[in-house]
Amino acid sequence: MLGFIKTLKTLQDRTPLGLLQLKHDRLRLLTAIAGITFADILIFMQLGFADALYKSNTQYPRALQSDLVILSTQAKNFGQLRTFARRRLYQAQDVPGVLSADALYLGSVQWRNPQTRQQTSMLLVGQNLAQPAFELPEINQQLNAVQLPDTVLFDRASRGDYGEMIVQVEQGKPVTTEIGLRTVTVTGLFEVGASFSDDGALITSDQNFLRLFPRREAGAVSLGLIRLEPGYDPKQVRASLAARLPDDVQVLTHQGYIDFELNDIQSESPIGFVFGLGSAMGFIVGVVIVYQVLSTDVNSHLAEYATFRAMGYRNTYLLGVVFEEALILSVLGFIPGLIIALGAYQITAAATALPLAMPASRAATVLLLTFAMCGASGAVATRRLQAADPADIF
Amino acid sequence: MSKEAAIVVHQLDHYFGSGQLRKQALFNINLEIRAGEIVIMTGPSGSGKTTLLTLIGGLRSAQSGSLKVVGHEICGASENQLVRARRHNGYIFQAHNLHGSLTALENVQMSLEVHGHLSKQQRYYRASEMLAEVGLEERTNYYPADLSGGQKQRVAIARALVSHPKIVLADEPTAALDKKSGRDVVDIMQNLAKEQGCTILLVTHDNRILDIADRIVYMEDGRLSKPPAPEAD
Repeated sequence: MLGFIKTLKTLQDRTPLGLLQLKHDRLRLLTAIAGITFADILIFMQLGFADALYKSNTQYPRALQSDLVILSTQAKNFGQLRTFARRRLYQAQDVPGVLSADALYLGSVQWRNPQTRQQTSMLLVGQNLAQPAFELPEINQQLNAVQLPDTVLFDRASRGDYGEMIVQVEQGKPVTTEIGLRTVTVTGLFEVGASFSDDGALITSDQNFLRLFPRREAGAVSLGLIRLEPGYDPKQVRASLAARLPDDVQVLTHQGYIDFELNDIQSESPIGFVFGLGSAMGFIVGVVIVYQVLSTDVNSHLAEYATFRAMGYRNTYLLGVVFEEALILSVLGFIPGLIIALGAYQITAAATALPLAMPASRAATVLLLTFAMCGASGAVATRRLQAADPADIF
Repeated sequence: MSKEAAIVVHQLDHYFGSGQLRKQALFNINLEIRAGEIVIMTGPSGSGKTTLLTLIGGLRSAQSGSLKVVGHEICGASENQLVRARRHNGYIFQAHNLHGSLTALENVQMSLEVHGHLSKQQRYYRASEMLAEVGLEERTNYYPADLSGGQKQRVAIARALVSHPKIVLADEPTAALDKKSGRDVVDIMQNLAKEQGCTILLVTHDNRILDIADRIVYMEDGRLSKPPAPEAD
C-alpha cells in the first residue's frame, strides 16, 4: 500500500514528458488525433449498422405479445416464415395452461407510394383485432380504425418520401393508394422502423390481410401466438405443446423465438462478418496511423532519448513515455470520434430509417478498442527505442 | 593515491565487432585521474577518445581490464549496475542534445528527476539556481530552439552539473561554438567544477581551451601516450 502511494506520488511528481512532446508538435498531434478519430468513427458506424440490422430485423419478433410462439419447422426467419395449418392452433388450445392461440399473418406486398406513385415492397401484418399481437400501445389504440375493409395502419418511419401523406393522415384525412389491384386507405400511423428486406410495414386485420393476399388461405398461418393462463411455466407448457403437436410445427418461448431470429441473422446473413470485417479494418487503419505517428515521434527524439539514458534513465522509462503518448492519443482521439459518430448516427437514422442508437456499452467497447489500438501501436513503436543507445549515438 | 583517485583505468582493452570483423579499438589503457582534477584528452579523430569516454561513463560495458569509477568496478558490470553508475556522472556532448519539447528549466530538472528523491518544488529551485549560475536566469522558460548555440551548451552544462556529479565527462563541448562562446562555456565548466570539487575528463580537438587542464593526455590509434611536441600538432 505504502509502495503504491509512493508510486502514485512519483507519477504525480514526474515531468509529463509524453504530454509535453505531443504538445510541442501540434501538427503531429493533430494527425494522430485525426487518425484515431477516423478509425473510431469507422468502428462506431460498423458496429452501429450491425446492431441496427439485428434490431430492425427483430423489432416485430421482440414486440410480440405472447408467452409462446408456434411456427413452421421450415421457417427460416421473420421474412420467410412459411405457413402452417391453423388446425395446429386449435390443437394447441387443448393443452392445459394455454389461454389463447391466435393466428398472425405476414407477407410482403408491393404497394404504391401515394405521394410518388412508386412501387415499393412493404411488410403486411394481419392480426386478430380482438387480441392485439404486439406490445405497441400506439398500434393497439388504433386497431378499430382497420376494421373497415381495405384499411391499413402505416409505419411513419418507413423508408421513402411520405412527408405529405403523413401530414394528411395526421390531420384526419385518409389517404388512398394501391396494393396489387385493390385500393386501400391509410387510416392511421404508428412508428417502428424499416428493415433491410422491407421499406416499411403496414398493419391491418386478418380479414383485410386475406383480401389483399387473394392467394393466401385463412387456414395457412405464419405465426401462432400462445398466451398462457396465469401460474403456468412457459417452459413446461412449451414441452407439452411440442409433444402434443406434429413435427410440422415448432414451439418456442418468446425469448427463444427472438434468439431464433437473431441466430438466423447472425449465421445466415453476412451482416456479422461484413461489419466485423469493417470494424477490423477501422482498427487496423487506426493501428497503422498511430504507429506511424509514434514511431516518427520516437525517431525524431532518438538523440534526446539516448541522452536521457546516458543520464541514467532506464529503458522502461522511455517505454513509459511512448505508452503515455499512446494513452493520451487514445483519449484525445476517442472523444471527437464519439461526438462525430453520434452526429453520423442521427444523420444515418434520418436517411435510412434504421434504428441507430449509441448504447453506453458500445461507447465503452470502442474506448477499450481505442486503448488496445494505441497500445498495440505503442508496443510496436517501442522497438525503435532500441536505437536510442547512447553508446552508438555519441 | 588510489584512495583519492576518481577514475582508475587499468590495462583496459576494447574490441568492436565480432568474428573476422573484430577490431581492437583500445590497447592496454592505463589512466588514473585524481578527484578534482581536470584532464583533457586530445588526439586525432578515430583514435578511440570517445570510446574511452563512453566506457568510463558506463554507456558501453567494458570487456577486459579494470575500470573503477568513484570506487566502483564497472568492467563486467550488469546493465542495471551501469544505469546506476551513469547517475553519478554529468555528461556534456558535442551536440547539446537538449530535449526540444522541454524548456531550459525542464531540461535541467530532468537530470534531477532521475534520482527520484527530490520533490517537484525542490527540483524547480535547484534547476533555477543552476541556470542562474550559468547566466541564464532570464531564459529559464525558453525552448532550446529559441536559444543560441552557446546558451544551449550552457543549459547542457547546467543539466550535467545540477545534481553535483562526482565526475563530469565532456565530449567536444566547444566544437560547435565560436571562440567567445566556447571560452565562456569552458570557463563556466571550470568554475563550477572547482566549486563542486568534481573531476572533469574532457575530450577535445580545440587547442584554445587546453589551458584549463591540470593535465593533458594524448591518444593515438587506441593507445595513450604523452602529448607530442607542439610542432607535431
